[in-house]
Amino acid sequence: MLKIAKYTVYDIARNKIILSYAIFLLVISLSLFMLDNDPSRSLSSLMSVMLIVIPLVGIIFSTIFIYNNSEFIELLVAQPVKRSYILLADYLGVAGSLSLAYLIGMALPVTIYAPGTTGLYLIVTGIALTFIFTSIAFFCAVISRDKARGIGMALLLWFFFSVVYDGLLMGFLFLFNDYPLEKPVLFFTMFNPIDLARITVMMKMDIAALMGYTGAVYRDFFGTSIGMVFTLILLAIWAVIPLIIAVQIFRKKDL
Amino acid sequence: MIDILNLEKSFRKVKVLKDINISFNAGQVVSVIGPNAAGKTTLIKCLLGMVIPDKGVVLFDGKDIRNDDNYRKHIGYMPQIGHYPDNMKVGQLFKMIKDIRNISIADCIDEELIDAFHLRNIFHKAMRTLSGGTRQKVSAALAFLFCPRVLILDEPTAGLDPESAETLKSKIISAREEGKLILITSHIMSEVAELADSVLSLQEGRIIFYKPVTEILSEMQEERFSKAIVKLINQYQHAENC
Repeated sequence: MLKIAKYTVYDIARNKIILSYAIFLLVISLSLFMLDNDPSRSLSSLMSVMLIVIPLVGIIFSTIFIYNNSEFIELLVAQPVKRSYILLADYLGVAGSLSLAYLIGMALPVTIYAPGTTGLYLIVTGIALTFIFTSIAFFCAVISRDKARGIGMALLLWFFFSVVYDGLLMGFLFLFNDYPLEKPVLFFTMFNPIDLARITVMMKMDIAALMGYTGAVYRDFFGTSIGMVFTLILLAIWAVIPLIIAVQIFRKKDL
Repeated sequence: MIDILNLEKSFRKVKVLKDINISFNAGQVVSVIGPNAAGKTTLIKCLLGMVIPDKGVVLFDGKDIRNDDNYRKHIGYMPQIGHYPDNMKVGQLFKMIKDIRNISIADCIDEELIDAFHLRNIFHKAMRTLSGGTRQKVSAALAFLFCPRVLILDEPTAGLDPESAETLKSKIISAREEGKLILITSHIMSEVAELADSVLSLQEGRIIFYKPVTEILSEMQEERFSKAIVKLINQYQHAENC
């Protein structure tokens, strides 16, 4: 399986997209750190950028990659290799390469300019988001044969998690603002990996104090080490479940 | 060696294979013939596990091929249209497949076709720059590379120049003499007569007949194989219409 992953990484390394992604992240992080003398402020801007760019690039790049990689998959299914291994190896290759680009482009500047727990949380959640959105991309690419439809679905899912979901949550809060909503909101954030990542990082920042009573409830939950472990497990589940579904479908797919 | 029992497959509402029952044994060269869209390629892909049948089983050496991937190491497959990673170089492709197959020195490697097709001269070229015929040569060389016991060749000579087609045919004949099971789909009847010892005819996903070549010739009282085949097919169609 690792052998196949190795060839996937070779293939990705040959096209320039992943390199430009790393450079793009590097330019953004360096300029944010250089423009502001206070690294903690740069860190919060960096977080906003990270929460949009990583899921978007992760999901689009991975979906397109699988469609373009169909020849490779077709070649391998006639070989004595388990089908599930082929897809998992591809996943490791894609998510690994994207994470590497992220580590170079964003984690490196963060460890240089703003070392500390907040930076560490930013790095960890960034990698988690990479793995989660690659996993969702695999799901999209496996269930639809048509490339345009697959990519469209991936884009829609990204849009849903980064914009629509929060909008719905706001609407919900507005409708039921006569009731104590802290606990339900806590519950609903679990269904959006981007929100989970955002809250995890924000809890480590000073701005958490500005979030009022909800912030306090969040802090009580996500601020503790048990809460932290819990979020990490949730993020892991978010990465694993779409991938498992994708593998199950792929095993029975006609090629 | 390969037994197919009650195989059925449909793509959405179109039934591509209808109740296929057949056995292939070692040392046989079976030619699968039939009009376009008769289900030839689907049948082959079912054998390879690339298409998952709706019903029925495929047995390889008596073992069900579902949930088994190892049996594929005994099969060399040459697709009708070979799709290969665009950026990969020809040499890298061969190296990668060897690497993924975990080939050790003890295993048999047959690079005769690589030499016969002069593929070493183009090892540095990327797959996307190759012409259709050259791709076919790469596919053929890959199919024979690991001395498989079973060869599945989907229209092997379509698109090859006459000289290369002859090279490939003589390679198939020598594989036949080694006692391998060879399945060939083809539309070229002279080729079928030259290579095959049995003919399997498919039409609209059904087996029309499965007979040795000699039997077909003697039954139809024809000298030329192509005429005999046409006659036989017409006979079956006539019988069906009555």
